[in-house]
Amino acid sequence: MNQQNLPLFEIFVRSKRGLDHRHVGSLHAEDPVQAMDYARDVYLRRSEGISVWVVRSSDITASQESDVESFLDPMDDKPYRHATHYKLPKEVDNM
Amino acid sequence: MTENTAPADPRLAAFEEKVANDQRIEPKDWMPDAFRKNVLRQMSQHAHSEVIGMQPEGNWITRAPTLYRKVVLLAKIQDEGGHGLYLYSAAETLGTSREEMVQALHDGKAKYASIFNYPSLTWADVGMIGWLVDGAAIVNQVSLQRTSYGPYSRAMIRICKEESFHQRQGYEATMRLAQGSAEQKAMAQDSLNRWWWPSLMMFGPHDSESAHSGQSMKWKLKRESNDVLRQRFVDQTVPQAELIGLKIPDPELKWNKERGSYDFGEIDWDEFMQVISGNGPCNRQRLQHHIRARQDGQWVRDAMHAYELKRQARDAA
Amino acid sequence: MDSQNKALLNYCISLGDDSLTLGHRLSEWCSNGPFLEEDLALTNVALDFIGRARMFYGYAAEIEGKGRSEDDLAYLRDCREYRNFLINELPNGDFAFTMSRQLMVDIFDMGFFEALMQSSDTRLSAIAAKAIKESRYHLRRSQDWIIRLGDGTTESHERTQRAFNELWGYTAELFEAPKEEQQLIDAGIAVDRVALKATWMSAMRAILKQATLELPAQDWAIGGGREGQHTEHLGFLLAELQFLQRAYPGQQW
Repeated sequence: MNQQNLPLFEIFVRSKRGLDHRHVGSLHAEDPVQAMDYARDVYLRRSEGISVWVVRSSDITASQESDVESFLDPMDDKPYRHATHYKLPKEVDNM
Repeated sequence: MTENTAPADPRLAAFEEKVANDQRIEPKDWMPDAFRKNVLRQMSQHAHSEVIGMQPEGNWITRAPTLYRKVVLLAKIQDEGGHGLYLYSAAETLGTSREEMVQALHDGKAKYASIFNYPSLTWADVGMIGWLVDGAAIVNQVSLQRTSYGPYSRAMIRICKEESFHQRQGYEATMRLAQGSAEQKAMAQDSLNRWWWPSLMMFGPHDSESAHSGQSMKWKLKRESNDVLRQRFVDQTVPQAELIGLKIPDPELKWNKERGSYDFGEIDWDEFMQVISGNGPCNRQRLQHHIRARQDGQWVRDAMHAYELKRQARDAA
Repeated sequence: MDSQNKALLNYCISLGDDSLTLGHRLSEWCSNGPFLEEDLALTNVALDFIGRARMFYGYAAEIEGKGRSEDDLAYLRDCREYRNFLINELPNGDFAFTMSRQLMVDIFDMGFFEALMQSSDTRLSAIAAKAIKESRYHLRRSQDWIIRLGDGTTESHERTQRAFNELWGYTAELFEAPKEEQQLIDAGIAVDRVALKATWMSAMRAILKQATLELPAQDWAIGGGREGQHTEHLGFLLAELQFLQRAYPGQQW
């Protein structure tokens, strides 16, 4: 018996104007259009979104944890990129 | 040579530190193989439970006694299916597939919550399942929101948001019966008599008897013990029953002032073992139903795939 | 009650019955779908139809003004008082049969609700405005499915062709005008369903072509739903639907 798997799609939803799309989970469908329709039934039953992206899981490239040291850590040792690094007088601290 | 006897594995140390600090383990993180297997077992069985649970409730959709009850029940069961989907989705982050998990269910290698091996015999059972079974599930799931595996934790948070409607509609339906005609009240009491003990069994054996509990607690996959969760469920549910004039079928149930909790009778562990090893009233039926639906759908899935291949060939031409 | 109000009452009940019988049939797919995502989608469609039934019955009960509720209408009328089109009460059959029936109904509903949005009856036009949004989604689904199934495997093609052949004769009644409705059509309240046929046919032809399916022979037709002349299937459907209310009369649930 032919046990074909339906491809896996990851679903991203923007819940409100002005927000980013967030990953909410995955589902199986044959093609992106069908994945979009199912996303409505699975993740948007309570109207939790105004925009949906579907991406084939196989199209996502993810960083590996072992990469963190060389790939991501150097981003972490430059505190001057963060606003909290700068101490200002209280009167203007709402900048 | 196992990881335990080797010189301290920095990856294991990093993993254990994350767990100790209540940080989440994410799909691409290194994790001990046993952890991976444990969390996969837990998530896939949780997913199977949601899907199998659609059957006892689904039985009453066509017989729901009002249009309002009909739509509420349909929406609730849809949620259960959706929860199964969130959980399969979280489980697939560990490199397994839906197909593999379903096959394990059909082969009897993967289990699902024993409660769904009981039959829904009357309309009162629909409300009872919502009130008791979802009530018990909520106690468990609120605790699991802090589970150590990231995708599982996020799925639990999503599920908990939706779950309280389930319990409320079940209690409301039960309340309507308990405050209705003599026949309706008897229907509700009969239902409680049949579902009370199986609901307590949902929390599993005493922790001292549980094969997986110790390791699951150590890795913070499980945050509280079976007995603690079971006690919490009893304490919250007894007053709810009293409020609508239904009697819990336990002659040993008694408020214990010192503990600030209810004392209750011992579960029939023979019945529990029978049901989880496949000899409950509906085990065979539930599994056959799932297998049949999947088999009946094979030609549909084949057609989808064939069409997709044809479409790709056309696009390429 | 004057003749136009009586006609309007029957009109609303008919539309409620259409929605309820089909919604009930769709709900039978719960836990039986070909895979989990589709199970959820089918029950979503069922919810839409049952929701529609409640709106139509609610309006009907108001028009009647005798204090009947949506549940009185759904649960306490026997087959001969039900006015749905026969196509909606037929058992689901296999997935091909269900989606073929759904496609026929969805194309019809798009045309019907678009016209009903223009009704001089503001309540009906409001219900139509809501329904058409749902039907747009329903049609996208059923259309996609018929194309996939028609142009999928040999087995799916044969099952779908068989379904169309078995269903075809039940579509004629969708485009027939019962005498009682004429005064409502003249008053701008009801939809002239006869006028919907040409568009329905051309949409159906286009989809069948894309699905590599043959247009069935148009040499038979079974109708009578609006006059309470149903298939034998409705009796069983209502027996299940109405059981609790009939076994425990007059109770609150």
